Amino acid sequence: MQFVMPDLRPLTPEILMTVLSLLILLSDLVIKRKETIALLSILSVAAVAFTFRDSLGVTFNGMFISDGYSRFFGIIFVLNVILTVLISVKYIGIERVNFGEYYGLILFSTLGMMIMASAGDLIVLYLGLELMALSTYILAGFIRYDIKSNEAAMKYFLLGAFASAFLLYGTSMIYGLTGTTNIKAIAGYILLHGLMGNPALTLAMVLFVVAFSFKIAAVPFHMWAPDAYEGAPTSITAFMSVGPKAAGFAVMGRVLLDGLYPIRPEWSAVLIPIAILTMGVGNIVALSQTNIKRMLAYSSIAHAGYALLGVIAGTADGLASVMNYMLIYAFMNIGAFAVIIMLRTEGFKGDNITDYEGLSKTHPLLASLMLVFMFSLTGIPPTAGFMGKFYLFMSAVNAGYTWVVIIAVIFSAISAYFYLRIVMYMYMKDPKQEVAISTSPSMSLALAITLFGVIAIGVLPASVVHLARIAFP
Amino acid sequence: MEQVMTNSLGFPILSTLVFLPVAGAAFLLLIPRSEEKLIKWFTLAMSVITFVISLPLFTRFDKTTHVMQFVERHAWIPAWNINYSLGIDGISILFVLLSTLVIILCVLISWNSIKTKVKEFYISLLIIEGAMIGVFCALDFFLFYIFWEAMLIPMYLLIGVWGGPNRVYAAVKFFLYTLVGSVLMLVGIIVLYLYAGRTFDIVELSTKMYPYDMQLWLFWAFFAAFAVKVPMFPVHTWLPDAHTEAPTAGSVILAAVLIKMGAYGFLRFSLPILPEASKAMTPAMLILSVIAIIYGGIICLAQTDLKRLIAYSSVSHMGFVTLGIFALNIQGMEGGILQMVNHGIVTGALFLSVGVIYDRTHTRQIADYGGVASVMPLYASLFIVFTLAAIGLPSTNGFVGEFLIILGGFTANQWAGVLAATGIIIGAGYMLWLYQRVFFMETNQKVAGLSDMDGREIMALLPMVILIFWIGVYPDTFLGFMHKSVEHLIVRVNTGGVSGPAIARNIIEVIR
Repeated sequence: MQFVMPDLRPLTPEILMTVLSLLILLSDLVIKRKETIALLSILSVAAVAFTFRDSLGVTFNGMFISDGYSRFFGIIFVLNVILTVLISVKYIGIERVNFGEYYGLILFSTLGMMIMASAGDLIVLYLGLELMALSTYILAGFIRYDIKSNEAAMKYFLLGAFASAFLLYGTSMIYGLTGTTNIKAIAGYILLHGLMGNPALTLAMVLFVVAFSFKIAAVPFHMWAPDAYEGAPTSITAFMSVGPKAAGFAVMGRVLLDGLYPIRPEWSAVLIPIAILTMGVGNIVALSQTNIKRMLAYSSIAHAGYALLGVIAGTADGLASVMNYMLIYAFMNIGAFAVIIMLRTEGFKGDNITDYEGLSKTHPLLASLMLVFMFSLTGIPPTAGFMGKFYLFMSAVNAGYTWVVIIAVIFSAISAYFYLRIVMYMYMKDPKQEVAISTSPSMSLALAITLFGVIAIGVLPASVVHLARIAFP
Repeated sequence: MEQVMTNSLGFPILSTLVFLPVAGAAFLLLIPRSEEKLIKWFTLAMSVITFVISLPLFTRFDKTTHVMQFVERHAWIPAWNINYSLGIDGISILFVLLSTLVIILCVLISWNSIKTKVKEFYISLLIIEGAMIGVFCALDFFLFYIFWEAMLIPMYLLIGVWGGPNRVYAAVKFFLYTLVGSVLMLVGIIVLYLYAGRTFDIVELSTKMYPYDMQLWLFWAFFAAFAVKVPMFPVHTWLPDAHTEAPTAGSVILAAVLIKMGAYGFLRFSLPILPEASKAMTPAMLILSVIAIIYGGIICLAQTDLKRLIAYSSVSHMGFVTLGIFALNIQGMEGGILQMVNHGIVTGALFLSVGVIYDRTHTRQIADYGGVASVMPLYASLFIVFTLAAIGLPSTNGFVGEFLIILGGFTANQWAGVLAATGIIIGAGYMLWLYQRVFFMETNQKVAGLSDMDGREIMALLPMVILIFWIGVYPDTFLGFMHKSVEHLIVRVNTGGVSGPAIARNIIEVIR
């Protein structure tokens, strides 16, 4: 028997990421200044991003795929890390949890996401998912003296474990039916043996959809999200609302559009009600929130609903629109969370919507940034949020789901109400209390990057759209 | 595919008009908040420069053709075949000029009345100007939508931050109404785009043919956006709140330009792109127009708030505009477009005038006024000009527009013409009664001793007076711009784009 060394080149980013993450974790022992670790983390992911270009290829007999699709998501994950770290530096000090493991866990979680996006096999997918999820559970409960943070971690963990079980169950059924866990081979087997309409296959598909819906917080599997988002450290809320969600969409696209494409009518029939419910519940419940983190949690649920439209479309354009949207969402959502974090100072939580009263008087610049992010989340041009939604809607209409898009735009108009409420509090009310803000250079940098992203993609989306469009074969 | 005229001027004039104000707004960001005087003067200079730059449009416009002029075209998002293309024809040119003029007046009238967040106010104003001009110049449906929506943000702030006591409610209502309409249009735009072979080019879209069923759906999708903006009955209810609560400049912009966008949308998109559906829906549109005319007028009679009364009169006047447009003949349509300009001038002027007196008394209740004519004679004489123009007295611009519309409406449907004419009578009733209650009768304590208008305020109103008589006495200066474009549009609607130019010419003969 001969052992052939598999081609490791497609794995370069992941290997590099693993090494660097371990080094970051170890460096905590010797480096006393945690800011240095933050800087190192950013440099690490930047270095990883540089290896993306030359890593394209398939290895381990198709178990691991490094293509435009996975690397586009990789860019989103890297961006997510950079922005999260930038907004964390001062914040975790204020929360008195300034530990080095924080950055290590973020990197491990991101490694998991990258593996998920590249998974060509259900087992690899599961590995990535668990690595991502376990790291994120710990991060959610990182403020260990705070009972709310503990609750967030606990809920997230229990429901996440539940979702993993669904995923495994679905995987085992697929394996039982097709004898393979390779995503491409599954599609081939289904086609070859005419398994379309097989109830067991449909059940497996439903189990997959349920598991992914947990990850992207789609209704009715969203129950964990508001509590987890509210209780987790705000920087981690920003992290969780972008990274795991994008990773969820990445595997969803891969499994549904590659592996289960032959039963597309079935899964789109399951996804359409989920998407509509997600947009509906997310937007309508957000209307009545008084805590801004909870509001953004529901808003994040609603945005998953919009993004599902791209998956439902089931075309290359549809997936490109999802990728595009996730990138844009990373900018605008982390931008909004950055503003929230700036209101958090020693002894002041600053996460009630009323804390924003008259912010335009006391901190005009900050208020105007929040204004841009809120309008972008609403989807008003010329911000990136509009371009993202437009692409999603366009691909869904193109796939023949015009009626779903009509429902989506109505909910999107409803969402204007709660985003505008923040603007209204900032600009149209007088300040009731003196609100201090915590500034830091890294925070300013994060805000500059997110603002630039939101405006630049809003005004000149051509290159990003092109990149997303060519990513999926 | 139509031949598109290229730019006859040496520089991209339309882009300059759109982005100069925006650049001005960006520059304002750099001026310190405390330099209020500098901010105001800078904004004024910016708006005057923009206006001056827009003047060559007026003089260099070629009235002998219907094709787009001053065209600029650049690839913007190649993946979706979206171009940055601007251009104007006889339908849009007047609105561009109106926009650049109105902003100057808005700056002048806000000079002393805006005291808080001065910098933000003028930034919003300049951004609004850029977006407004963009809406009228865009030749790409996607670009049009961008400007159309981008306008909402500063307008929402304008109403909500600097408005009256009930401003937040009015601002949110304005925003949500418009947004719901717009997003439905967005779906329509996407459907159209995909059907037409992935193009957003307005000129190209309006030469293609679409299945009748699809046209009907699209017509109502566009209707959702345009009718809310116009506003047509029964989706007009945001307008009284927004007009009333907005600061003077906001009301003027809303009345003079913003609500014109709805009617412009019908002219630019619904009619040429969906000719068959438009024709089929004419009865419904005429009925809604007539309801707006009469219902808006009657409601005016019951108003006790100055601005609210003028706001409802807008509903009535815009009813005339949509009536003229959907009469689908040359007289009606030209009357409709002219009346849009007229309404912009007259209602804009009325809101400016109300702003003048509101700055002094800080009340909008008609009952708080009385005998203003004896205190502010100059003001009273200007106001009567606007009142008479609003009623449509011959030799003012209102007469020309309403006459053409009723003529066109009568040709299309006799009942529509007759009922619309009664609207004029109601109009005379509420406007003259308003004038009587405010300016005559006993002098109210609250207005005693007010100073008459100062130079700045006169400057803000004078251009409107000149325009009222100019259009009233010699409308051809302005109608001349539209003849060719309107003719072309009518041919397109009546033939549904089926025929070649030969049939088109015959039909023009028949119409004449």
